[in-house]
Amino acid sequence: MSQPKDFGFGEDEKLLRDSARKFLSDTLPVDKLRKLVAGDHVEAYESAVQPLGYDENLWKQIVELGWTTLAIPEEAGGAGMKVVAVAAIAEEAGRAALPSPLIPTLIATAVLCEAKSAAASSALGRIAAGEAASIAITNAQGSWEPTDTDVVASQSGNETTLSGTASFVQDARKVSFFVVSAKNSSGIGLYVVDADAPGVTIRPDQIVDLTRDQARVEFKDVVIAADKVVATDGLEALRRATPSMLVIVAADLCGAAEWQLQTTAEYAKVRTQFDHPLGFFQAVKHPIVNAMIDIDRAKSLTYAAACEIDSEQATAEVAARMAKSAASDAAAFICSRSVQLHGGIGFTWECDVHIYFKRQKHNQMLYGDGIYQRSKLGEML
Amino acid sequence: MARKDTPEQAEFREHCRRWLGENRPAPPAVRLPEMAIEVSTEDHMGYLSDWQNKCWEAGLVGSDYPKEYGGGGNHGFLRIANQEMSKAGTPFLINVIGLGMAAPTILHHGTEEQKRLYLKPLLAAEEIWCQGFSEPGAGSDLASAQTSAVRDGDNWIINGHKVWTSLATFSKWMILLARHSNDHKYNGLTYFVAPIADTPGVTVRPLIKITGGTGFNEVLFEDVVISDNMRLDEIGKGWTVAMTTLTHERGAAEGAGSGGGAGVEERIEGLVALAKKTPRGNGTAWDDPVLRDRIIQVAIRANGLRQTMRRGRVEGLIDHPMRLPLQGKVVMTELMQDAAAIGMEIAGAASSLYIRDENAPDQGDWPLGYMNSYGMTIAAGTSEVQRNILGERVLGLAKSK
Repeated sequence: MSQPKDFGFGEDEKLLRDSARKFLSDTLPVDKLRKLVAGDHVEAYESAVQPLGYDENLWKQIVELGWTTLAIPEEAGGAGMKVVAVAAIAEEAGRAALPSPLIPTLIATAVLCEAKSAAASSALGRIAAGEAASIAITNAQGSWEPTDTDVVASQSGNETTLSGTASFVQDARKVSFFVVSAKNSSGIGLYVVDADAPGVTIRPDQIVDLTRDQARVEFKDVVIAADKVVATDGLEALRRATPSMLVIVAADLCGAAEWQLQTTAEYAKVRTQFDHPLGFFQAVKHPIVNAMIDIDRAKSLTYAAACEIDSEQATAEVAARMAKSAASDAAAFICSRSVQLHGGIGFTWECDVHIYFKRQKHNQMLYGDGIYQRSKLGEML
Repeated sequence: MARKDTPEQAEFREHCRRWLGENRPAPPAVRLPEMAIEVSTEDHMGYLSDWQNKCWEAGLVGSDYPKEYGGGGNHGFLRIANQEMSKAGTPFLINVIGLGMAAPTILHHGTEEQKRLYLKPLLAAEEIWCQGFSEPGAGSDLASAQTSAVRDGDNWIINGHKVWTSLATFSKWMILLARHSNDHKYNGLTYFVAPIADTPGVTVRPLIKITGGTGFNEVLFEDVVISDNMRLDEIGKGWTVAMTTLTHERGAAEGAGSGGGAGVEERIEGLVALAKKTPRGNGTAWDDPVLRDRIIQVAIRANGLRQTMRRGRVEGLIDHPMRLPLQGKVVMTELMQDAAAIGMEIAGAASSLYIRDENAPDQGDWPLGYMNSYGMTIAAGTSEVQRNILGERVLGLAKSK
């Protein structure tokens, strides 16, 4: 399939993106976000269990707007849109630092779409009906390799049971089911497990990022019905879904980075020192410009990778790893500059930049930072 | 929107391919330098002007210029011709300053008479052009140029000192920024096309580059008399006219240029190839994860630049109309510089071997390319000036002067 020169970003995608941007800027302006996630530092960081800090009503509206069903095929009840549309929505979620299970649900959708089984279709149907999901595929070490999982699926007769712990599960307390990877006799299987199934215990992590939750999910002899076995050999599905997972997080990184850039540039216009706005000084101006160049590179690579996935290019994984590398590094740089160039106020809880800083540092590492992506690329080039 | 060839353009593209396939010249006796502005021998100049002349006759040069000025009178053909010449890897076009800067400036600001007089011989490489903007005291702050132009009846008397003048020894004409008045910094500038070959009072002296190569010069004007009909646009409009020239120069620096020369993708492929063939320990440089990470970083930047140029044509994915176009020059030239620097690091001890050493990796291109890359990050507005422009025009930050 040849690639469209415009990344496949046409009128429909633009309309979707513009309406998402408007919806989020209307319903979740940054002062509301701050009240939601960073109202009180003691509550945020010293509660026995961290507060969820998200607006369930807003989430219901997002589901009604259809953002979670974008990538679900029409036959499973979704909109069947392209990855480039999913990237556009993820970028807006990042721009708003949206606390919600949207990103994990989009990622779980990508994995389920690749599994191509009755159980996968049925799970996609649940997402299409409004449920949220998250993948649980990471071990205690935090390995991003799909072969590494601490969960084991054992078979006795017709019955499959899961035991072990999945770590670093994103937004675990906001979703109704998990797509779990587990070692079985034929390799790595994929299983749908309801969050409230007997034997499942969610142990929330105490995390830095205020805009999401994360947990270890323990499975103790959790019985898996036959219609919840997404794949007995799920490694290929995980590998094929990897480019989409990376693009979704890269797009979130780009959107949030743009907010950090504009906020920092704005501060450099209004804050005056030594009789000049900060932006007058090239030691301030040039790093902000460098951040812009980095962000533009990351955004271009992200949409290019989305387009490669949509047009089924063999090089889609290369493109996606380049995008995630560029987006992770761009985010790391604007994180650093956004705090530094805000000066003393940037070091405080009352300044909004820390909310984005924390989300970005989390996203930077998620599914592998720049160094990790480039080490994978080294095996491919 | 992405550009697609019209039927006429597709036919022209086919013509270019066929013609270039059939008319590729035999290489010259001595290897050509990397870029047109480095040409320093009569042999190379003769070889390359003949080539440009043939390309012009075949319709591959000046394709979009009006017919009455020696062009092809077409629309959207120039881009195609440049793409096909670049793909074919045929020699570069020699009259780069003329094609990239003087011609568009004359077309935009010249009188009918000037257009008829200058453009055709420029396109046909019968007359070579150079640029007289920078001075010893006017680099990044170009508007502080002091070369004077004093009105004397129907003539102007020029006195001053221009530097970094590529191709001056071969040039018949120079686009010249001069000062007719000291009362205003910007409005005191006037733009001329000055004859410099066999002109009384003009001295051209070669400047030796960091690479040891020649190719650019300094040009001294001592009471040089030029006619008022060599003035381009109005008295006092020099800065505006110069901005037209610089806009085209920066575009040319991004590689929209005129065929030939190592492109970014070629540079990156060269880096990977060099790493894979350079022994390091028990393996190759490519097996060194630190070096490999650095190579992949520039590979990502190169692809990023390509995708940014693609995104620049997608209306829905642009935040500010000038944001991507104004980045091109600084991003491209710094990428080329960093790629060449890494090439030297991969070559290691052998990066010490220069172009005349038979053991030099890739004929010494890595140290040569690295040194030459500073010409690109300094010319047409340094990277520092580019960052000021981006910060001020795109992000709205306070002006730094």
